Amino acid sequence: MPWVLWVPAALALALVVLPVAGLLVRTDLRRVPGLIVSDASLTALRLSLETAAVSTLACIVLGVPLAVVLARSAVPGIRVLRAVVLLPLVLPPVVGGLALLYLLGRKGFLGYLLGVTAGVQVPFTTAAVIIAQTFVAMPFLVVSLEGALRGGGDRYERIAATLGARPWTVFRRVTLPLLLPALGSGAVLSFARALGEFGATITFAGSLEGVTRTLPLAVYTEAEVDVDSAVALALLLIVVAIVVIAVARPRALEGTAR
Amino acid sequence: MKKLGALLAAATLLITGCGSPSGGTGTKTLTVFAAASLTESFTALKARFESAHPGTEVRFNFAGSSALVQQLSNGARADVFASADQANMDKAGQAGLLDSAPSVFATNKLTIAVAPGNPKGVAAFADLATRGLTVVVCAPQVPCGSATQKVEQKTGVTLRPASEEQDVKQVLNKVQTGDADAGLVYVTDAASAAGKVARVDFPEASQAVNSYPIAVVKNAPEAGPAREWVDFVLGQQGRAELQKAGFGAP
Repeated sequence: MPWVLWVPAALALALVVLPVAGLLVRTDLRRVPGLIVSDASLTALRLSLETAAVSTLACIVLGVPLAVVLARSAVPGIRVLRAVVLLPLVLPPVVGGLALLYLLGRKGFLGYLLGVTAGVQVPFTTAAVIIAQTFVAMPFLVVSLEGALRGGGDRYERIAATLGARPWTVFRRVTLPLLLPALGSGAVLSFARALGEFGATITFAGSLEGVTRTLPLAVYTEAEVDVDSAVALALLLIVVAIVVIAVARPRALEGTAR
Repeated sequence: MKKLGALLAAATLLITGCGSPSGGTGTKTLTVFAAASLTESFTALKARFESAHPGTEVRFNFAGSSALVQQLSNGARADVFASADQANMDKAGQAGLLDSAPSVFATNKLTIAVAPGNPKGVAAFADLATRGLTVVVCAPQVPCGSATQKVEQKTGVTLRPASEEQDVKQVLNKVQTGDADAGLVYVTDAASAAGKVARVDFPEASQAVNSYPIAVVKNAPEAGPAREWVDFVLGQQGRAELQKAGFGAP
């Protein structure tokens, strides 16, 4: 490794570490526990953890088949499809929220249908939070899985097929086990992204304590009146995120260094 | 190595922030921090002020009042601060950020925004508590939300909002997209979206009137023009422009 890489690497690290350190320095850490245990913040934390867990599950259920399709099928136009799938990664979250609103909002075409046929209104519900989180988090899962699928090649799957295994058996017994490490890291990334989701949620789901006000939204609301308490909540979010990433780290590493 | 140098320069810029104020030759740049609800009226006033004061250029930073106070207390360079409520101006005053005593230059009050034609037939504030009506309000933490709370207390009507939004424009958006049947917004916001939303005024709104104070910031780099801007806003032309946007007289 050329030594010069150390310089930009250190700058890159500083760009991530210093702002968080700045947050810590400015916080009165003795006050943090008191600020965090308020009913409103605990409610927000619980809502965040629950919705992020459900979103991650949705990402897995929907994202695994999508990744396999994207990596393995030879349909023309699959590259365009792939670009579309990754769109939420680059889309400003607010735009994502607006897009969801125009689809599932009361006047969006799907939302209108749902309202008329089932009397269901999606915005302002916890379900809307989960949809918003899944929307922004799923590309992370798909990208990790697709990378693993392409990197690993389809040698084992071909061999299994020549030995007489049906496609479903191959998927279940060969593809899925090979994907597990990448699935682990992808799921963690999705969970972390869902946990930090803000823009799409506030635009599409709204902000109501206990229903749609997740931790990031609570930080924003709190920042209007009491910055200290907002910072305390932000620290809580950071701690949860770091714990999530740290706990899942061995599997995540396994996923990339296969 | 040349490339690396450029990269490093870019990274350094990224980290230190490119905060060199662009001071043109001879022109003074007046920086005004103003509540987001003043966007339209202050922007209209800018042209007139600049033609009346050649050599002075007005630059705005529009945001939520409390965000502006935070920016000011974190050392943002500004000459004038105009807040959408007394509370945030008081906060700035207590933090020693003001040079002069603030003066109120406008007032604003709530109205009910509904879809054009008022399809749900909302006629009074109490109608907002009707079951099945999706109502969106501002969070109590922001000025429009505290005004909403005040009206609730005065009328004894308890709303069950579908969402407590962070700023009044979000409330307006949700009425415009049709996802909310009604929203509590300022008269000025409803006026800015005229044609896209209809307005249902209610008498109780006058019991929760917001006042907008303005003041020169302490150690303002352009203290002279700052005072001129404050006088201009408080004066005849300022009043006329604000009135056009729907603001009430102080």
